[in-house]
Amino acid sequence: MAQAGHPEAAARFAADDARAHWHDQALWFVRLKRDRQARALPEWEALRACAEKIKAHTASRLADYLEEFERNATAAGAVVHWARDAEEHNRIVHGILAARGVTRLVKSKSMLTEECELNPYLEARGIEVVDTDLGERIVQLAHERPSHIVLPAIHKKKEEIGVLFHEQLGTAAGASDPAYLTEAARGHLREKFLAAQAGLTGVNFAVAETGGVVVCTNEGNADMGTSLPPIHIACMGVEKLVPRLADLGVFTRLLARSATGQPVTTYTSHFHGPMAGGELHVVVVDNGRSALLAAPPHRRALSCIRCGACMNTCPVFRRSGGYSYGAVIPGPIGSILSPARDPARHATLPFASSLCGSCSDVCPVRIDLHHQLLAWRGELVAQGRLPAGKRLAMKLASFVFRHPALYRLGGRVGRFLLRHLPRALLYGRWNAWGRQRELPPAPKKSFRELYGRDDG
Amino acid sequence: MPEVGLFIPCYVDQSYPQVGLAAVRLLQRHGVKLHYPRDQTCCGQPMANSGCDEETRPLAERFLRIFGRYEHVVAPSGSCVSMVRNHYARFLEGKPGFDHLRRNTFELCEYLVDVLGVERAGGRFPHRVGLHQSCHGLRELRLAQGSERVVAPFDKVRQLLASLDGITLVDLTRQDECCGFGGTFAVNEEAVSCMMGRDRIADHERAGAEVITGTDASCLMHLEGLIRRDRRPVKVMHVAELLAGAEG
Ligand code: SF4
Repeated sequence: MAQAGHPEAAARFAADDARAHWHDQALWFVRLKRDRQARALPEWEALRACAEKIKAHTASRLADYLEEFERNATAAGAVVHWARDAEEHNRIVHGILAARGVTRLVKSKSMLTEECELNPYLEARGIEVVDTDLGERIVQLAHERPSHIVLPAIHKKKEEIGVLFHEQLGTAAGASDPAYLTEAARGHLREKFLAAQAGLTGVNFAVAETGGVVVCTNEGNADMGTSLPPIHIACMGVEKLVPRLADLGVFTRLLARSATGQPVTTYTSHFHGPMAGGELHVVVVDNGRSALLAAPPHRRALSCIRCGACMNTCPVFRRSGGYSYGAVIPGPIGSILSPARDPARHATLPFASSLCGSCSDVCPVRIDLHHQLLAWRGELVAQGRLPAGKRLAMKLASFVFRHPALYRLGGRVGRFLLRHLPRALLYGRWNAWGRQRELPPAPKKSFRELYGRDDG
Repeated sequence: MPEVGLFIPCYVDQSYPQVGLAAVRLLQRHGVKLHYPRDQTCCGQPMANSGCDEETRPLAERFLRIFGRYEHVVAPSGSCVSMVRNHYARFLEGKPGFDHLRRNTFELCEYLVDVLGVERAGGRFPHRVGLHQSCHGLRELRLAQGSERVVAPFDKVRQLLASLDGITLVDLTRQDECCGFGGTFAVNEEAVSCMMGRDRIADHERAGAEVITGTDASCLMHLEGLIRRDRRPVKVMHVAELLAGAEG
């Protein structure tokens, strides 16, 4: 944890108290919507358990199901590509586009392409990439990255979007009415859709049994982007697979409710093979996923269906903002996935949690998120990534706790000092607890001194 | 009557002895024969939560040596109990007596309700009280159902409090959000931790609570630290103190 990490970034975000609270409220509102929708299903917990089982089963036979998927997708007329890592993924996508002379691509939200940094890769090679989800378009126009996986522009107030649109799209100065701004974005995107030569989408689920891919959106832009231009590229991580079409209902019921508190997503589109005269390419990406699969403590993290519910519920995320995690996938699940990629860079993330466990209980596929965060802490310490001072403090405390006489003496001395040292010393710079809080009381006698009886 | 090993976590021993004494009074009033092993110190939770497994292991082993012999172990702290029940396995799995220890270590209110079958806590507490659900009690010990889950509602601590004469339990907007203590998190992520704590306090104050109570002195220590610094009028009491005091 040598370099600046989550605590510093979080403190910067939290320093603007009004803004941090506004962010907190906005996400809590989504959490409440989710609660209402979950409670509308008496079988909610059974659904979660079922989803967890399907995911665990799929992961245990992933290679078989991937082959089955490829067979069936190919039979339906799609071309399946395999990418080991981000670089290969980008190369494949660019290859398809370049071979067909495509210079204008519309995209519908895919966190995978964010993860692979596809946009800059294509732009550097002369291809215009337009993100067509409203939130994604907003951050793209602002030259930012999504701060949340489902609500990518949740960190922006409508007034700020008004200013951005005024500058970039020529909307009226000072306008902040969401309906007006959305309409303006629609008009702007319509031109982009009409001019596009290819459409790229993410994949929410891929079905081994049918070889089909499923994309869930609320704005219908995945359908616009795949039905206007003749080329559709669908990019998916290997973990998006479910075995049978019948499994899908379990996940679509959980996904929409967990993500936005809707009973179903507005558009759930199934793609089986290309449209008449068109092409469908499915790029299946590993990029570290099979390594995660091979590591038992974090295997369950691969079950994530990217609903974002753990972010909305996380009291730390809500008050520290998505960017404080310094990763494409932020929040509790990001804090598990990111250190798996690069433990040195993301060493503070597993500690950016009070381990309240709300994420684990909200997760529709029952990933034991807070226990995984704890497991990560152990791994990072074993890798020697806890600052030496903190490790030493723990060693010392552990030693004292193993020696009751030392513990009793330490307690007496500590309480005496707390009662008698001048305040300026007690609340010096070293005391992170005391910057905003009073220290706990220091009674004259401890419990064991008061209880008195030698009884055990 | 059951023989109980009383586990008073280190920070309760040192900073909140009255909480320990209140727990003793409560348990004795319900006929429990108590033993207080003098060699006990700390369950190792701070080390475990920092990922320092090497430093935790000897403390877990020590805990088993000291408490393994009792029929039941009871502590006025949900998070320390959760440490034993849900996190010791990594260090003690297969050790003789561990299974017994894990299954028979209880948080105080849980013990009163589930083991002793107490339905009504006797006494009077004519005040407006806000219950802070500590996360480990809530989501690791399942002392209540938790707002995320779709299961039949239950709440063991609330049930005890509600049975007191004259008490008014206030309704919070966020029934069970974390207070932001989180052990070393409170220091490591001081900015977010304090914001979370202030938000919790504000929720209780808006609901008109005169007293904030809960099962974990650690969460309460964090909230009280903020309350005293900000000079807020609301009081903080551990649920053991409240219940023992109510009995008069
Ligand atoms: S970890 Fe669970 S709650 Fe978080 S995004 Fe993934 S599926 Fe949703």
